[in-house]
Amino acid sequence: MYDVIIIGAGVSGCAIARELSRCKGNFLVVEREEDVCCGTSKANSAIVHAGYDAPQGTLMASLNVQGSRMMPKLAQELDFHYQNIGSLVVMTKDQDPADLQRLYENGLANGVENLRIVEQEELRQMEPHIAPDAVAALYAPTAAIVCPFGLTYALAENAAKNGVVFQFDTEVTGIEAVQGGWKLTTSKGTLETKVVVNAAGVYADQLHNMVSDDQMTIVPRRGDYFLLDRTCQGYVNHTIFQLPTKLGKGVLVTPTVHGNTIVGPTAIDTEDKDCTATTQQGLDQIRSKVNLSVKDLPLSQTITSFAGLRAHDTRHRFTIEETAPGFVDCAGIESPGLSCSPAIGVMVADMINHILHLQENPNFDGTRKGILDPKVLSFEDRSKLIAENPAYGTVVCRCETITEGEIIDAIHRTPGARSIDGVKRRTRAGMGRCQGGFCSPKVMEIIARELNIPFREVTKSGGKSKLIVGTNKDQL
Amino acid sequence: MKPYDLVIIGGGPAGLAAAVSARNAGIRDILILERDAELGGILNQCIHNGFGLHTFKEELTGPEYASRFIAQVQELGIDYKLNTMVLDLAKDKTVTAMNRTDGLFQLHPKAVILAMGCRERPRGALNIPGTRPAGIYTAGTAQRLVNMEGLLPGRKVVILGSGDIGLIMARRMTLEGAEVKVVAELMPYSGGLKRNIVQCLDDFGIPLKLSHTVIDIQGKDRVEGITLARVEQGKPVPGTEEFYECDTLLLSCGLIPENELSRGAGVNLNPVTKGPTVNESLETSIPGVFAAGNVLHVHDLVDYVSEEAAAAGVHAADFILKGGESPAQALAIHCQGGVRYSVPVSVRPDCLTADDSVTIRFRVDNIYKNQRIAVYAGENRIFSKKRNVLAPGEMETIHLKAASILENRDAAGLILKLEDA
Repeated sequence: MYDVIIIGAGVSGCAIARELSRCKGNFLVVEREEDVCCGTSKANSAIVHAGYDAPQGTLMASLNVQGSRMMPKLAQELDFHYQNIGSLVVMTKDQDPADLQRLYENGLANGVENLRIVEQEELRQMEPHIAPDAVAALYAPTAAIVCPFGLTYALAENAAKNGVVFQFDTEVTGIEAVQGGWKLTTSKGTLETKVVVNAAGVYADQLHNMVSDDQMTIVPRRGDYFLLDRTCQGYVNHTIFQLPTKLGKGVLVTPTVHGNTIVGPTAIDTEDKDCTATTQQGLDQIRSKVNLSVKDLPLSQTITSFAGLRAHDTRHRFTIEETAPGFVDCAGIESPGLSCSPAIGVMVADMINHILHLQENPNFDGTRKGILDPKVLSFEDRSKLIAENPAYGTVVCRCETITEGEIIDAIHRTPGARSIDGVKRRTRAGMGRCQGGFCSPKVMEIIARELNIPFREVTKSGGKSKLIVGTNKDQL
Repeated sequence: MKPYDLVIIGGGPAGLAAAVSARNAGIRDILILERDAELGGILNQCIHNGFGLHTFKEELTGPEYASRFIAQVQELGIDYKLNTMVLDLAKDKTVTAMNRTDGLFQLHPKAVILAMGCRERPRGALNIPGTRPAGIYTAGTAQRLVNMEGLLPGRKVVILGSGDIGLIMARRMTLEGAEVKVVAELMPYSGGLKRNIVQCLDDFGIPLKLSHTVIDIQGKDRVEGITLARVEQGKPVPGTEEFYECDTLLLSCGLIPENELSRGAGVNLNPVTKGPTVNESLETSIPGVFAAGNVLHVHDLVDYVSEEAAAAGVHAADFILKGGESPAQALAIHCQGGVRYSVPVSVRPDCLTADDSVTIRFRVDNIYKNQRIAVYAGENRIFSKKRNVLAPGEMETIHLKAASILENRDAAGLILKLEDA
């Protein structure tokens, strides 16, 4: 019997796993997809909210402010990309300054540091491409951007380093209470555990409703995005939000930690928990809204568009509680969930500790080194690296200049990359302007070689996402 | 590493032809840097025939065409490095590159020829809505898998875009046992060569739907189908949607010259071609940096790539041997009346002698019938040629007599345009 099984290897599940690994115990993370970071965590705005948005006094507000404060140190310990660039909530001339003021005051009440309202002139100095109708903005210097994959992989790898086991391609289909814990029915057999953590993202309601009479409904809220080429770097310098109107929240424009620009999201409620398809309507919505805050954004430089699903509880609140004895919910983690994740990890690990009274893990090592990026090395150090390991001298992804050495590193991590997308999210190979056109066959070759599987078995993202269906003339 | 006078970035058809002609023009120390494992570039995966009709007066496959140039490079003892990625080109022509054996290294040549080729426009840049499953490939990626690895990326195929690679792949996939259901083209005309439409689609009964595009992609893990719709004035027409069950979508929606290195060096780029702006010597805005082939503008036929690159090789050799005193006066070539762009964009009279001819390549922006290609120097028409049909998918080439430019060297510029014949 496990001490704890965490269902879901998204950023919440991985943050909980990492905090839990400070203690001794038998911990397992089960994930229905083939890898860490395959749901909401992989497709979002990639930002750390400062915490002025959530209503004062809510769990969401306090976790957001705590999470945002924890993030810089965590980024150092776990070596993922984080940049404290600050955010602006832009108000246009038709909007009511009282709304901006209210947001400011809510932020103060939540404990967000150094908030202030900037007027027209300063705003234009900070952001030369701000829309002509923008008149003022709420500036939050503590807001930041983060690599959501990098954060999630870092947490998972550090948890694994400290003894947490990950099991993929495992879908939990049933939960029943047994003597001293819970029995989980999964697509890979049954598992028993003293404590269950439900961090199943958009599926968290299904698991919750198996053990609770207080029914929860999570409506996947789709957000479509555009990702722009690095040639647009510097077009905006901060995360730029729009002050919400009666018609909705507006879209944001923000740099990413890798120098791209992200624009979105929409907020379209759907029924299908799997459907991350973008729609023409959704993409058009972003195009029409973006002009409210940023003028002439070069959307022609789009390198990809995508959509993610937020786990929106119809009551719009986080449910982090022991719903049944030994069943801990971490549900309804929609935006600002990514920002909250470090704090969620601590909070849930504490709750589990109250239940199980675990001992400290004396071997806990809270540090992790990310995949080495040779681009940051000096000429001499990079030459030395290639001399030691020639795989760092072979560029596989031309657009992002990713070497074979980095890809091999990504594959041999725990948990490691097993698919094209797994390599892409860990190393950025295939994430550039040609979107893997040149490098996919080479990446497939490396995956096949390193994992000792046939080339034809390499998938895009696990499951049935086969890239090759046969050989030439095999059915003639 | 030994010093080189000329560094050529790219060992595809452009780089090879440039190297051979520069050597024949008297440059000894030439180095070709190729990022792939072999010389020949994209020709290595173009196993169909039809190459070389102009250059060798016979019909060759891509690898055969490449091998003719590779043999010359080897016979001439021109140095090349494979699996070598150029990381940076500086304004002073310092080339920073890297490979497994030499590690990171820098070269300081007297001249550089850009011959990096082009890449395909991916799905993301097309903003096709829908899911993002396996089974969406650019035509060139599929071509590599099929022709070089012997692997089938899919069995039921829809192709978006009627560029030449898409047309060629429609035939290839059919020959390898896949079913190509339809080729859809957003524009009211094909972007490919007429001969490819006949030989790759018509001969196999594959329908070509002009003014159609993909408006949705279905399937979570693997493509399960796509929806086509007719397009009018750039918008899908409601009610014209048709669903096609398929496991593969191939994209042949345009090629983009790969100018990241050029941009890094500060080379001026033409927003129309996405390639460098060059003068009559195929020299970019940085003296001593030349460009040829698909990095300069996308070609239809490799024969013209070789021809253009050979000229770049001669000009680079000239630059190295004579020093690069760049005459100040240049006549700009203005494109009007249906002409989208021209290569070169300017001509320097001082660099011409009376018996030279100046090659100008260009494309038109629509299908035109019964036109006259005309070049004016001020009021004077210095060139005129009748053409029955001009199409965006076919590059046009004209040769101006240098004498006619020299006679009009005081004109404000040259005008290249189409006129009703």
